[in-house]
Amino acid sequence: MVDVTAAARKKVKDIDLKHQPGFSQIAWFCIAVLYAPIAVLVLFSFNENRSVTIWTQFSLDWYVKAWNNEGIQHAALVSLEVALVAMLLSTIMATMAALVTTRTAPYRGMNVAVAVINQPLMVPEVVTAVATLIFFAIIKQLTGISGIGYLIAAHTAFCVPFAYMPIRARLEDMDLSLEQAAADLYAPPFKVFRRVTLPLLMPGILAGAMLAFIVSLDDVIITLFVAGPGETTLPLYILGQIRRGVTPEINAVSTVFVGISVVLVSFIFLSGKDKK
Amino acid sequence: MSDQTATAAIDIRKTSKIYGRDRDTGVVALDQVSLAIADNEFFTLLGPSGCGKTTLLRLIAGFEQPTEGEILLFGEHLEGLPPYKRPVNTVFQHYALFPHMTVAENISFGLEMLNTPASEIADTVKEVLGLVQMETLADRKTDQLSGGQQQRVALARALAPKPKVLLLDEPLSALDFKLRKEMQVELKRLQNETGITFIFVTHDQEEALAMSDRVAVMRDGLILQVGNPNEIYDRPAKRFVADFIGDINILKGKLLSQDGAQATVKLEAGYEGNAGLPMDVTNLGGEVSIAIRPEQLSFVAEAGAADLSGSIQHISYFGSGFDYEIMLPGGETIMLQLQNRGAGKRAYSVGDQAHIAISENSLQILAD
Ligand SMILES: Nc1ncnc2c1ncn2[C@@H]1O[C@H](COP(=O)(O)OP(=O)(O)OP(=O)(O)O)[C@@H](O)[C@H]1O
Ligand SMILES: [Mg+2]
Repeated sequence: MVDVTAAARKKVKDIDLKHQPGFSQIAWFCIAVLYAPIAVLVLFSFNENRSVTIWTQFSLDWYVKAWNNEGIQHAALVSLEVALVAMLLSTIMATMAALVTTRTAPYRGMNVAVAVINQPLMVPEVVTAVATLIFFAIIKQLTGISGIGYLIAAHTAFCVPFAYMPIRARLEDMDLSLEQAAADLYAPPFKVFRRVTLPLLMPGILAGAMLAFIVSLDDVIITLFVAGPGETTLPLYILGQIRRGVTPEINAVSTVFVGISVVLVSFIFLSGKDKK
Repeated sequence: MSDQTATAAIDIRKTSKIYGRDRDTGVVALDQVSLAIADNEFFTLLGPSGCGKTTLLRLIAGFEQPTEGEILLFGEHLEGLPPYKRPVNTVFQHYALFPHMTVAENISFGLEMLNTPASEIADTVKEVLGLVQMETLADRKTDQLSGGQQQRVALARALAPKPKVLLLDEPLSALDFKLRKEMQVELKRLQNETGITFIFVTHDQEEALAMSDRVAVMRDGLILQVGNPNEIYDRPAKRFVADFIGDINILKGKLLSQDGAQATVKLEAGYEGNAGLPMDVTNLGGEVSIAIRPEQLSFVAEAGAADLSGSIQHISYFGSGFDYEIMLPGGETIMLQLQNRGAGKRAYSVGDQAHIAISENSLQILAD
């Protein structure tokens, strides 16, 4: 007879993905494909030379240039303004939506409501973009009002499902008996919300807000369709510049972008991790 | 109306709770339950899983609304009152302590909601922390406490607003055996010191008997029997109650005569004697189930003094004594429990013929 335990151990090893032949090579290849371009981009943002392919010497010149570039300054401010306001509004809406889909007695159409909230994630962005463009054009014609409000409204709308996801997840994890305990201890509904639900929900709300912020900051397609004159966001500015050839200035701006994303995403990841 | 009898702390009148649309398609968690719990009582709801204990507490606390019937708290109707307006506090099964607050903040929460002045809150928090012996941990976060400590904080938090009734939903079930024994004593002491009516839920019959002034035994949404631990143990009215609480022998017999709560019976195994009779058993001359506790039986030396005889089938040792399983002539087996010390101790072994005496007044007729 063969040694049964050794055979069993080998079987476990076979099932474990890490021991499949070629697994680690494939994994490293994927990681390389994903991150090598970004690494190159970051590297050349520190290049002293104008070329984005030949390395000469380290310098921060391109960052200084980008910082002093009025076009970039303006675009950055527009991006920040839109992203901050959209983040705020969409997070408030998403929080309310999450409460109403988890903290009420089951009602007819609750599942439909959840589906409707999440649907925008499934619709191709270009469709949303065209639809929004046409819709806003009608409103503009009827009211005569124009301005950055439209862009903010569009961003708010597509940010809601992103903000909604972590907030709802957090609420679903939260034990209902905590809120019942508060009600049992003489807290009327509003106080229950303020003293118990909201503080415990905060990590979810923060994660939702940051996700909304990043999504808004990164958006190109919808912004491209909706943005009016003078409402060029940073991604649109970069897109415009690239048509005229890439300069390391763009690398510098992009690197800052990557930095912001990394910081925010790590924050979301870590805040999701603490407290179980 | 004169106020001869004191008002009950909780008066539950023909209350039902049906989860779902109606009786046929939904779950009948409580079925026309009536129950009066006196002020200052340590009252226990005892029953197997799913019998409706939690549901009854949730109706009193206001987390659920009764499908029919009404509940009165010291004579006042609770209908329509939300949980935060009921002077009733709950100790939740898994404590439900607020994880973002310290022990002291948890305890003062209820008082704050009642707009108690800050100085008074501080005093009360100190007082109840003393009551549960947790003074030194006031500033800890609650997730840095052991299970037993969390339990005490949950108790302190529920006691701090001085509720009229305290509801405890299996508060000891998450604790290990030794801690549970300690907390049983502690709870009893707290109830005595505070004078608050406790409604305690458990499915542990020993716990119920050890702690309660009165016990209600529940099953399938019904209350089968209410009584003090003695009555429940010695005079179970129903077969289920007898079976659920402690070890018991159930024998077949005939109801010969009856006089109020007393009756004479003849066991199929031969013995004829007195037995307690619950109200709803009336089949004079008919067959009845008769219960007797194993410790009410003893061995006697001579056949002449014996009420029953049989052969020993099995003997098991449980530390402080032995259980003897004895086969009676009719084919029924009966359990006899003998403590190590005491008179009549005699070494029997399997296969021996044994003579058994039944203690006076220890037979009880059971309704189904
Ligand atoms: N929200 C609910 N919806 C539907 N059925 C429920 C609900 N809550 C309880 N039930 C049902 O009602 C019955 C009584 O439940 P309850 O929680 O009161 O039992 P319990 O005596 O507390 O049991 P346990 O000892 O397991 O806690 C059970 O059959 C349960 O499945
Ligand atoms: Mg329960």
